[in-house]
Amino acid sequence: MSEARGNRIIPVLVMLIAIVAIWYAGTYFMNAPFQRDLDRRAGVTRSSGDLFIATMTQPKPTLPAPHQVATNFFENTFLRKITSNRSLIYHAGVTLSSTLLGFVIGTVLGILIAVGIVHFTSLDRSLMPWIIASQTIPILALAPMIIVVLAAVNLTGLLPKALISTYLSFFPVAVGMVKGLRSPEIINLDLMHTYHASKAQTFWKLRLPASVPFLFASMKVAIAASLVGAIVGELPTGAVAGIGSKLLAGSYYSQTIDMFAALVAGSLVAVLLVTAVDVVGAIVQRRMGARPS
Amino acid sequence: MDMQASQPSHATVSAPSVISAAGLGLTFQTNDGPVRALSDVNLTINKGEFVSFIGPSGCGKTTFLRVIADLEQPTDGTISINGMSPREARERRAYGYVFQAAALYPWRTIEKNVALPLEIMGFSDAEKRERIARTLALVNLTGFEKKFPWQLSGGMQQRASIARALSFDADLLLMDEPFGALDEIVRDHLNEQLLQLWARTEKTICFVTHSIPEAVYLSTRIVVMSPRPGRVTDVIESTLPRERPLDIRETPEFLAIAARVRDGLRAGHSYDD
Repeated sequence: MSEARGNRIIPVLVMLIAIVAIWYAGTYFMNAPFQRDLDRRAGVTRSSGDLFIATMTQPKPTLPAPHQVATNFFENTFLRKITSNRSLIYHAGVTLSSTLLGFVIGTVLGILIAVGIVHFTSLDRSLMPWIIASQTIPILALAPMIIVVLAAVNLTGLLPKALISTYLSFFPVAVGMVKGLRSPEIINLDLMHTYHASKAQTFWKLRLPASVPFLFASMKVAIAASLVGAIVGELPTGAVAGIGSKLLAGSYYSQTIDMFAALVAGSLVAVLLVTAVDVVGAIVQRRMGARPS
Repeated sequence: MDMQASQPSHATVSAPSVISAAGLGLTFQTNDGPVRALSDVNLTINKGEFVSFIGPSGCGKTTFLRVIADLEQPTDGTISINGMSPREARERRAYGYVFQAAALYPWRTIEKNVALPLEIMGFSDAEKRERIARTLALVNLTGFEKKFPWQLSGGMQQRASIARALSFDADLLLMDEPFGALDEIVRDHLNEQLLQLWARTEKTICFVTHSIPEAVYLSTRIVVMSPRPGRVTDVIESTLPRERPLDIRETPEFLAIAARVRDGLRAGHSYDD
């Protein structure tokens, strides 16, 4: 047991150490030219060891060092009041709310589209190309338009941002659910036919339960996409709060350390969300008699 | 009364006919041109009979069963089930169908799987409970109500699927190679149990198989079929008693019937390459 756990942790640790080492090396090479430039103007001469330390402690580095990001992240997560607009928890919460709203709307929309596609050939032919086309438009181009158009009809705040998440998250759910609703084997559909089951009965008693594993697999993709959508949605809106606005403000004022800390916060939120979907999926499927693996 | 042209009529019990097919044919349109899956099938199956359909793959035995079940539409001739069209019979839930695979729903426990047709047909909760208990007892699965299908062996799963087909008390049971995927020992056991079940419930059973001993052991009548085109080549009336212990398979009478089935298959060129 402990050996097995060790076998799992050691590769992860090795990777982590390698990444941190490469990061520090990168920090030195990215920041050194600017530091030399500064030193030359100020007429300061440094030993190479001194230069190395200086590249790790710049207030606005080109690439912040890992410990700078860690310190910034720690301070802005644990040492600030949650209501403070410097708190990363506050910003993550703002992003999370629109992520979740967009994800819920997207999932419901995706399921409805899939149900339509599976039951009506005309929808299968007419809707599917549009759904695929919708995902080829860069969300970065579309997001500002959604915000502006909705603002023109007096829709501002949470919903426009959530709709950008919806736009990204309905797609994997729709595609996954079409596959899931079509997953019952012919023999199972024949069985329903011999019972003279109605379309609705076949849906509720066969197609829907059969699609549950597909639903959770696609919801995992969808919730990550929702988070991306929420962050992207905060960029062009002039949003004052959220991880996206934190990134934008950081880039305006060259606060690279703040930006990296916000990125870390965003990644952690993503991990939490995907894990949450995974856990709920495992519980639901266990309840549905899935063989424990 | 079987009405195979080359076959003299047998004076069977004067039970009402459950299935009667006349000039029945079915041609599938495939990319390689039309395929005659069934050709000129004339057959009458009476109430309470146990009829086996035997033949090599492609002989149309499964297709015939699927026509009875309204899962395929015949292109020639007529067929009636209890005097109705297959569609009407299906709408009145005249038959239970047991497939080659158990086809249990993995997210339902055994009792919920048996309850599936009962839910669809709108039985009351009390009636559902009573029927689940009764049919699971009939297939010796009492005590496994709360298990999920994967927790049961293949033979037990197939028994659960038989319970499911019996639960709504259709008089006709259609079985499409139900024990084909099981090993011989399990199969022997299930054959024995199926005969007991048939004796107790007095159902009419149509049983598709490709095993000669299985067909001879189970049936009151054996319909021998051959392929290209799928057709009936012989109908053999069993002379075995209704009470059949497993060792009846070593008796000369049993072997004689088996030999006749083999002859029928050979006459239909079923052993040709």
